[in-house]
Amino acid sequence: MNLSKILKNTFLVILLSMVVSACATKKTATNLDSQIQGDVYTGTDTVEYLAKGVPDRVFFATNETILTTMSRDTLRKQAAWLRENPSVNVVLEGHADERGTREYNLALGERRANAAKDYLMTYGVSADRISVISYGKERPVDSGSNPLSWSKNRRSVTVKAN
Amino acid sequence: MKKFRLISNIILIIFISISKSYSLVEVDITRGNLNPLPIAVSPLFQDNNSNTFFENELEIRDLGSEISKVIENNLKLSGLFNPLSKDAFLQKPDIAHLKPRFEDWALIKSQALITGKVTAVNEKLKVEFRLWDVLAGREMLALAFTTVPSNWRRVGHIITDKVYQRLTGEKGYFDTRIIYVSEEGPKTQRIKKLAIMDQDGFNTKYLTLGNELVLTPRFNPTNQMVTYLSYFRNLPRVYLLDIETGIQEVVGDFPGMTFAPRFSPDGKKIIMSFAKDGNSDIYTMDIENRIVERITNHPSIDTSPSYSPDGKFITFNSDRSGYQQIYVMKSDGSDVKRISFGKGLYGTPVWSPRGDLIAFTKLHKGKFYIGVMRVDGKGERLLTENYYQEAPSWAPNGRVLIFYRETKSNDKGEGFTAKLWSIDLTGYNERMVNTETDASDPSWSSLLSN
Repeated sequence: MNLSKILKNTFLVILLSMVVSACATKKTATNLDSQIQGDVYTGTDTVEYLAKGVPDRVFFATNETILTTMSRDTLRKQAAWLRENPSVNVVLEGHADERGTREYNLALGERRANAAKDYLMTYGVSADRISVISYGKERPVDSGSNPLSWSKNRRSVTVKAN
Repeated sequence: MKKFRLISNIILIIFISISKSYSLVEVDITRGNLNPLPIAVSPLFQDNNSNTFFENELEIRDLGSEISKVIENNLKLSGLFNPLSKDAFLQKPDIAHLKPRFEDWALIKSQALITGKVTAVNEKLKVEFRLWDVLAGREMLALAFTTVPSNWRRVGHIITDKVYQRLTGEKGYFDTRIIYVSEEGPKTQRIKKLAIMDQDGFNTKYLTLGNELVLTPRFNPTNQMVTYLSYFRNLPRVYLLDIETGIQEVVGDFPGMTFAPRFSPDGKKIIMSFAKDGNSDIYTMDIENRIVERITNHPSIDTSPSYSPDGKFITFNSDRSGYQQIYVMKSDGSDVKRISFGKGLYGTPVWSPRGDLIAFTKLHKGKFYIGVMRVDGKGERLLTENYYQEAPSWAPNGRVLIFYRETKSNDKGEGFTAKLWSIDLTGYNERMVNTETDASDPSWSSLLSN
């Protein structure tokens, strides 16, 4: 068959896909900028509150367990609230996103929850009030397969145990 | 039954000594199977009395034909054989079993032929079969089995194993089972149960009810025990389950999460990770005397341990270099060496039952790969690339891997599936393994019979 026609069609497809992908990138970029900073979720979509002004969760970058400035701020609020409410015990639930092998993610979730625990302890919450559990990637809060969903799932959630 | 097995062994021995020097038909499994061997599986013949008996017993109309279908399906799924359509068969099953007219079978381009006979003997199922080399015009193998009628599918699997072994020179993997995690429900509230099925997807049984999260079941290579992770009472711990009796127990008394369990090759120990204070290390527990040993002691995450088949080495996953990589050490924890140096992250190493390879999951540039490398880390070969897949488990003959694959969901979480897949070590014959529900974390059993 004639080659020029094939080439023309191919070119058209390429051109079209460029247009489409350009649109896609632009859209996600604006969307993500407001809710993700350096791979860490900064939005409030899934966040619940232990008390007024005390968010229940902190978020992590991919494969990371380091607490961001925002996370440390949240945890200091949690610690203050826990000191004011000495009868409350908490469980720290560590989670990972779906883009990692199951067993490694279990370990990663445990490490994240412990990073939060250590910080709470530094701010005066006694270790015997805190227990830790990792769910790895087993309990996502957002079931989408995209960077924003994954960022919401990389988290440590402080849950009242009693 | 025992007496019978003795007889069949004798037949086998005599038979191999005759046929060895004559056999022409051979299947090379070390290369990609671009030319699967044409093979005819004749329906197994049964007399009227037996027919009536099995119809009453099993509610199956033509058991001989059904067993031949089990064999045919196994051979087809192996990718090494091309079972020919029964419509083309010229010779009747009973006569073919006595003495095939080889010209008729050669005419339909069949190179090998399986014939057989099914009889009811004292309420037991007796199956005889023969494997014929069509071109050489010779019998290659003749065996008989007696068992309870309900075992009829297993008879089909055992016959396939014998045929596979005779034609490829390697042990089969058909009389085996897969234990896996059955999955249902939305991603955010997934319900997971332990499930077990025959290697061909039949006889599925659920071993837990789904009340608690269960993960990563693995077979003991020497018996019918299984080890897995359960979130029973919200305490993630490694459990030991006897699938014959249903009795289960926690492994060891650890003050924190234990996970990533596997048996040692002799079946006497469980090797696993124990996570405490944000650090995961590898431990073993002797099942009999309950002695716990710590194998690694490092501030990194050490997990997914797997023994070499001789028990002398352990391969595992660690992020001590900064990211997930594969390591090998002596089984006492000494001599730790990193073996994965390719681009990307490496996880879930699992040692081949043949000892020469380690299968793994690799994550690179947003894609997941199942691959194999030699035990020194050289000769990396990626078998399959996909959006998400992980956790390979070896067939007992070390020729096939089973793993699970997940699909991408849209922003609403729709379109998500998890399925079991298998692939040949050659990288050919990639196929989905049928399961009743979504499925993950497969583990292949050893051969149930030999």
